[in-house]
Amino acid sequence: MLRDITIGQYYPVDSPIHRMDPRAKILITFAYIIGLFFINHFIGYGFVVLCLYGTIQMSKVPIRYMLKGLRSILFILLFTVALNIFFTQGGRVLWSWGFLTITEQGLIIAAQMACRLILLIIGSSLLTLTTSPIQLTDGIENLLNPFRRIGVPAHEIAMMMSISLRFIPILLEETDKIMKAQMARGADFESGNIIRRAKAMIPIMVPLFISAFRRAEELAMAMEARCYRGGVGRTRLHSLHYEKVDYCAFVLASLFFIGCIIL
Amino acid sequence: MEHIIEAKDIVFEYYNYDENGEQKEAITALNHTSVSIKQGEFLVILGHNGSGKSTFAKQLNGILTPKSGTLFVKGIDATDPQNIWEIRKEVGMVFQNPDNQIVATVVEEDVAFGPENIGIPPKEIRKRVDEALETVNMLDYKRVSPNQLSGGQKQRIAIAGVIAMKPECIVFDESTAMLDPIGRRQVMATMKKLNKEYGITIVHITHYMEEAILADRIVVMEKGEVLLEGTPKNVFKEVETLKRIGLDVPAATYLMYLLNKEGFQFKSDVLTAEEVAQELWQ
Repeated sequence: MLRDITIGQYYPVDSPIHRMDPRAKILITFAYIIGLFFINHFIGYGFVVLCLYGTIQMSKVPIRYMLKGLRSILFILLFTVALNIFFTQGGRVLWSWGFLTITEQGLIIAAQMACRLILLIIGSSLLTLTTSPIQLTDGIENLLNPFRRIGVPAHEIAMMMSISLRFIPILLEETDKIMKAQMARGADFESGNIIRRAKAMIPIMVPLFISAFRRAEELAMAMEARCYRGGVGRTRLHSLHYEKVDYCAFVLASLFFIGCIIL
Repeated sequence: MEHIIEAKDIVFEYYNYDENGEQKEAITALNHTSVSIKQGEFLVILGHNGSGKSTFAKQLNGILTPKSGTLFVKGIDATDPQNIWEIRKEVGMVFQNPDNQIVATVVEEDVAFGPENIGIPPKEIRKRVDEALETVNMLDYKRVSPNQLSGGQKQRIAIAGVIAMKPECIVFDESTAMLDPIGRRQVMATMKKLNKEYGITIVHITHYMEEAILADRIVVMEKGEVLLEGTPKNVFKEVETLKRIGLDVPAATYLMYLLNKEGFQFKSDVLTAEEVAQELWQ
């Protein structure tokens, strides 16, 4: 259950999408998200799905990887859909019971909302699946650099992100381990109501936090031992250059964006 | 031979604080410790928990600085905070937990972390990363995520990350303690290779006796002081002293010790089963 989260998991294969400059990918993902919000009917979503499908095929990341990421937002998804179904009024009333009514308009908006969320998650997980966290960090740092003059700690933000991405799977594994250890001694995480289950999580959180702090301390020491002293004077193994593939991507992304606005 | 590290009379204390931030007590971890390490040497520091061996190791590249005493690394004063980065380029360090010292999510990017920090140009970093991975036999894994590797492999990546910075000396702070026997053997083989083929000075902190046998010289620490010092044969001869402070000796040495106690006249400075066999044969 804890391993289903694919956000932030790099899928290392070689593809044109993987080779793209991370800055280009971040900018295009932003354009994609904005474009997504321009769309308000199903033909538009069809268009987005087609484009997204093409990109995923090109990236050589198995689709089931993307879909797995959806499982973690299932609750939010259902919640949003339910809210939209019951609280959007307008159009023909299809069903009503007490204060609950379902209208045609409500169904349509709920379906669109679901499409939007799903496409949003798949699109942005494509970014993290095809970009190694350090590249991603480099990209973000680079894009934030102009804002450094107004006090944005670009390098620090980027470093923090990449380290948390590195430690997510490790901490998940550790949570699993702690849970199993507690279960072996009779802890019960599955039964009872929400409050009771939340209470049962406390014995997991405490050791997890302690271990996370210990790890942080050791990691800081290891980083300092390797001469880390912030972003000043650092060079990069992969310095960023826009290549042909990036310009192609920018052109395609612009077409996509225009498509979103027109449709 | 020239000394790469010269530590004289080092004192280091840990402080415990109470809730008000007042200093409650001071624990002396290093008590006038003096150790000199020769260039190209393979030195093992032995000692059980709390003997000050890890604290000593952390002095060597400025993670901790001594309260008093002198410490020179390649002739540079390591107690001066201004020299700290210079020192860390010369003395690399590999820690105990392989997970907590890998920064990046792809092997080659982690190996590049050190060189990036000291401002090496990208082309040179590329070269160094490949060389370092080749040295630890992990070149095939350069695009793999560290999470997919075994403990021994992760530790070799950490070693590659250090040798990519081209240090003269590498300190292994109980780097084999969390590994399985196979991982331990791999890491030890890498250490020996670095020492013999590349002439890198190795300081290995451990409590495994079979690893200590490989050393040129052993330093045994107890309560922050150097208790014994010498070649493996000379150190392990002192069976009673080692047993008294709770350390083991290699099984072969112990066998000889027991036989001699029963009145036999065997050589007491044997380390391996082969040597025992030879000794018994004669």
